[in-house]
Amino acid sequence: MGLAKGGVDLGMTMDLQLKSELSRQGIFTTTLEEVYNWGRRSSVWPLTFGLACCAIEMIATTMARYDLARFGAEVFRPSPRQADLMIVAGTVTKKMAPQVVRLYNQMPEPKYVIAMGACAISGGPFKQGYNVLKGIDRYIPVDVHIPGCPPRPEALMDAFITLQKKIDAQSLTGADRPRYLDPDEPSEFIVPQYGAHDLEPPKNVKLWNIITKTALSGSCATGEDGPGKD
Amino acid sequence: MDLEKTKSSIEGAIAGCRLQIVPNASPSGQHSLLIEREHALAVARFLRTDRELCFDYCSNVTGVDWLDTETSEKVKVTRMVDGLEQTVDEVRKTRIPGYLEAVYHLYSMEKKHGPLVLRMRTGNRTDQIVLPSLTPIWRSAEFQEREIFDLYGIVFEGHPDLRRILMWDEFEDHPMRKDYVEPNDYEYEPTPHDAVLEKSKQARAIEGQQ
Repeated sequence: MGLAKGGVDLGMTMDLQLKSELSRQGIFTTTLEEVYNWGRRSSVWPLTFGLACCAIEMIATTMARYDLARFGAEVFRPSPRQADLMIVAGTVTKKMAPQVVRLYNQMPEPKYVIAMGACAISGGPFKQGYNVLKGIDRYIPVDVHIPGCPPRPEALMDAFITLQKKIDAQSLTGADRPRYLDPDEPSEFIVPQYGAHDLEPPKNVKLWNIITKTALSGSCATGEDGPGKD
Repeated sequence: MDLEKTKSSIEGAIAGCRLQIVPNASPSGQHSLLIEREHALAVARFLRTDRELCFDYCSNVTGVDWLDTETSEKVKVTRMVDGLEQTVDEVRKTRIPGYLEAVYHLYSMEKKHGPLVLRMRTGNRTDQIVLPSLTPIWRSAEFQEREIFDLYGIVFEGHPDLRRILMWDEFEDHPMRKDYVEPNDYEYEPTPHDAVLEKSKQARAIEGQQ
């Protein structure tokens, strides 16, 4: 990414007083960062992708009563190549996990993940089962976790708005820029293999370190509760 | 439907077949028939085709894992102790080897009776784990026998497509067996207690070593 390091300060800490003075005079000013973030957060297209009962609530959210289209997410794309957001809606079994990670890897940057429901964030009621992944954040970085079994459509919308706030707060440059603007950070993550007794590896330790780092830098004020390690 | 009658009619029809009634002590009193491996297919065919019985529908197939059990009973034994004859209590232990069991629930749609519960047992839990498949008789048993093969490890001889159905092909264990040890994924537990606390401690110890 050319924007990434050094050079022009695209964040542009503009004088707020000057900005409001100009707008009073009929001159609209903005920054590249604001326009860029506005564009991204206003058309987050989710991947058509559901795993269990949470998917039913996700479908309800997109229908007329709740109408997720109000927030710019009306187009569910059937291909990961065209999607920006993966809503992991439901129980991720160990047999399904490699496919979920592969789909995530196939999505273009910038990409986001909402882990919806108790199963997707931790394994939920099936946590002590032998074939259920104990949280999709073992393999892919999750932006917003929603508890609930299943979460109501309002909860999904809240998570979506939280994600939009998170996108809005991201800066294009600097140390706290998002992962995809840092050429040193990976954009694809290891796809687990089917092992003799469990998935190999059982979790992506490197990924957990990334999440802990971003959680510490405080890129998002609310809604983010990365797994961390206590 | 009388189980005793069914038993004797099966034994009458198939030469050399010995059945055993496994009693069920619970209020439901749903006793079952234990059939031998060698005659299972013939018994199944008879149950399906016989005019009177006509079990045309196999609703459910499941597995049971019976571990080795040890029963001890007190026996009074007379023995010479210090020149005197005395009765002494002695504990005798009998070891019953474990086995795997497949259970079939049969109904008759035509005669509107059932269920008839069939059981088949393997020789042991390790190397004699082959049972005859009843899929050629009741097609509905196909996926359920695959599931038993997957989760309990019973090999069904004569099954048209015996593969794992729930776990992946590379998986080696049988998760529904009682001695199955699941992988320890408990390194992060927000509120651990009891068994989970123990597992969580183990996982952290392993994590600490790495």
